[in-house]
Amino acid sequence: MHVSLAHFLVVGALLFCFGLVTVATRRNGVGVLMGVELILNAANLNLVAFNHYVVGGVSGQVFALFVIVLAAAEAAVGLAIVLAIFQTFKSIDVRAADALRE
Amino acid sequence: MMEHATRELAPILVHQVSYLWLIPFFPLLGSVINALFGWQFERAGKKQLVHVVAIGAMACAFAVAVRAFVQMYGLDAEHRFLQDTLWNLLTAGRLTVDLAFALDPLSMMMVLIITFIGTLIHVFSVGYMWDDVEAYWRFFTWLNLFVFSMLLLVMGDNFAVMFFGWEGVGLCSYGLISYYYKDREKAGAGMKAFVVNRFGDFGFIIGMLLLFWGLGGGWGAMLGARGAEYQPAAAVNAVAGAATRAESMALAPQVEVGEGQVVKVGPTLNFRELRDQVVIEKTGVMEHLKEQKLWGIGLLALIGVFLFVGAMGKSAQLPLYVWLPDAMAGPTPVSALIHAATMVTAGVYMVARLNFLFALAPSAMGWVALIGAVTAIFAASIGFFQYDIKKVLAYSTVSQLGFMFIGVGVGAYWAGTYHLLTHAFFKATLFLGSGSVILGCHHEQDMRKMGGLAKHMPVTRWTYLIACWAIAGFPWASGFYSKDEILWKAFTSRNLELFGLATPWLGPAIYVVGIVAATGTAFYMFRSYYMTFSGTYRGGAGHHDEHDEDPHAALAAPHHATSAHPQDGALHAIAAQQEQAAHVAHGHGAHAPAAHDAHGHAGGHGGHGGTPHESPLSITFVLTTLAAGAVLVSLLGIPAAWTHTAPILERWLEPVLLAEVPFAEQPHWMELLFQAIGVGAGVVGWVCARALYKDDVKHAALEAFKQRFFGVWTVVYNKYYVDEAYQKVVLAPALAFARLMSWIDSNVIDWLVNAAGAVTRLVANFDGLIDKYLVDGAVTAVANLTLESGRGLRRIQTGRVQTYLYGIMAGALVLVLFNFVVR
Repeated sequence: MHVSLAHFLVVGALLFCFGLVTVATRRNGVGVLMGVELILNAANLNLVAFNHYVVGGVSGQVFALFVIVLAAAEAAVGLAIVLAIFQTFKSIDVRAADALRE
Repeated sequence: MMEHATRELAPILVHQVSYLWLIPFFPLLGSVINALFGWQFERAGKKQLVHVVAIGAMACAFAVAVRAFVQMYGLDAEHRFLQDTLWNLLTAGRLTVDLAFALDPLSMMMVLIITFIGTLIHVFSVGYMWDDVEAYWRFFTWLNLFVFSMLLLVMGDNFAVMFFGWEGVGLCSYGLISYYYKDREKAGAGMKAFVVNRFGDFGFIIGMLLLFWGLGGGWGAMLGARGAEYQPAAAVNAVAGAATRAESMALAPQVEVGEGQVVKVGPTLNFRELRDQVVIEKTGVMEHLKEQKLWGIGLLALIGVFLFVGAMGKSAQLPLYVWLPDAMAGPTPVSALIHAATMVTAGVYMVARLNFLFALAPSAMGWVALIGAVTAIFAASIGFFQYDIKKVLAYSTVSQLGFMFIGVGVGAYWAGTYHLLTHAFFKATLFLGSGSVILGCHHEQDMRKMGGLAKHMPVTRWTYLIACWAIAGFPWASGFYSKDEILWKAFTSRNLELFGLATPWLGPAIYVVGIVAATGTAFYMFRSYYMTFSGTYRGGAGHHDEHDEDPHAALAAPHHATSAHPQDGALHAIAAQQEQAAHVAHGHGAHAPAAHDAHGHAGGHGGHGGTPHESPLSITFVLTTLAAGAVLVSLLGIPAAWTHTAPILERWLEPVLLAEVPFAEQPHWMELLFQAIGVGAGVVGWVCARALYKDDVKHAALEAFKQRFFGVWTVVYNKYYVDEAYQKVVLAPALAFARLMSWIDSNVIDWLVNAAGAVTRLVANFDGLIDKYLVDGAVTAVANLTLESGRGLRRIQTGRVQTYLYGIMAGALVLVLFNFVVR
């Protein structure tokens, strides 16, 4: 079976949807962060696939690497925030951290 | 007497001179210096600086006046006109008013009188006022300011400057009459003078404005009647837009009256322009004025009557004379300067100045002469029974002013003016003589407390006698020449009208009244002379509060007043001697006349009378000079009947007094006869006075006369109750009117004001409602809307990250869908 661009894009879309649902539904702060990772990786897959099938060269891959690095940094910051939330609210439930409402 | 040949008149040539302003400037300067520094002079003990400044200013003014006279004398008689324009005061279309001074023979004469007699009276004032406890400097400030105003009045080149002086003399008169302002009655006399004068001034303004209007009014109607040659129609409009003097002058319409001679026509306040356009027939202004009517009355007659109302106030004619007798409350030099020599003659001067106008209106002339005659006899009769020496002179002044108005009224302008001149001299002498007497008798004015002063005050006595001689109309003293000329002209006048009806009988009637008044003049003057100077001295008691100058007090108790009369002169004399003895015992007897210097007796005057004494040199010098003048001015008016040449003064004034008034031709012997009658009248008055008042013993006859005609006597003694009549007729209605107005004010006007307030409040309340519900409502609605929407939208802000994510997802979905739909 020949693997085409469409396959990659479908996988990417699935990953993005999973990530989005994770972010939207998970109450656990760490889970939300994991959803974000899924979304980022879906985007990475798209970047690499488009570069390979459409553009050529390595710019897509390089961009993907940047995103991975960025995701690492984001995870570090995000986990720090979750820690801070836990310390403050004694819980990592994102619904608890609604002190900014109204 | 003789009819003037019709003169071909040309416009006056003006000689511009640049020093005329100095004449009024010096008195003004003196006044300002004394006003600013006088009190410091006095405080520094240099009191004499005050009068040095004042007299110096007067002497300088007199010197400049003489200089002007010399220059004027050198000019051609027809063109004796000096002018000095300082600056333009205002220009509004036709109206151009300059601060300008002018001298023609008439005003020259007035300026010389004012500065010469004014200087002498200033000198006199030094002696009279020296030991005055009031502010010495204030007196001289006012006196100098008065001379300044008077000079403005006579030297003003136009009505505006003249009117400035006209008001100024009224003001200064007020200031000087009220000099002793702490005495309520004297302050009141000043106010009375001011108010009555203002009353006359109102007439003057109306006359002035009528004249201004008449010169410009209705030119359009004239244009058709008088053809193309006559085109001052432009007079009305041409210069209406002029804003500067040069523009106004350039645009003013002119009429050519000869080779190269043009005359400005149209409304003007300038005397020379007025004179030129009225007297030169070719301009047609005279016809224009004659034809105009206002409310069916000839405009010229109206102008004349209104201007004469102004003269009535200033020159104390019936019925506006009442202020003058009360004005005697002022210091005596003031009475001499203002109320005899200068200010009161302003009205006569004004009528003489505008003679060419008055001569065009026989009705106005008739009124002037008639009022003059009635005033002359009315005031003379009051003078018969006055006991206050200054009151006698005051009524005498009113009476003499009446004579002057007879003169200018019948058209004998030079005679009226001449009487003004002679009167200035002899009345100043009389007033200053009375001042000297008052000073000598230690501020006693009641003639019943005088008598026998001849031996104490010889100089005063002789000068007073000479002045009496002059005023009574005996030959070789000035009054004779002027008064007889006036009466003769009155007898022969043929030009008088009343209400537009010719009245040939009016002239002789005025003559009869005048001759009776002249008899009365001689009587009351010699009465005052004999009561003062002959007999024995009745004074000595001299307490101030005893004499009753107050007419109301006299009214309240005429019997009391008569009982104080020296019918029992002997008793009085004894009482006086006893008092005197008492004074000697008190150490006041050291008032030896010889050792007496006015500068030295400041303390001795209190309320004590001692021996009467002759006044200091500054006073006797002035008296002598003035008495000499009173005799010498007769040289200016030696009648033509004697010398067959016109009198000097008549020739001098001829260029100014242009009016051609017809007089009946009468034979020469008749004029001489009338002069004899005039002298006879004086003699009758003198003989009566001598018989009744020569010595104290003859008062029995007088007393019998008084008992016989007690009713008449009471009426005359109380001055015909004129003051009371004024009280009832003028003051009471005025006060009632004031009360009515007050009532209207508090009820009607205030009601209107309150109503206006209520309406305003109503409107304001309405506005308040609008503000509250409409404007504020809108504002509140906006605020509430924002608040409510905010409250609603607040729910979206949950604070939960995932909620926001739903928002983001929804938004993204919308964008994507939108993208598909639009494509």
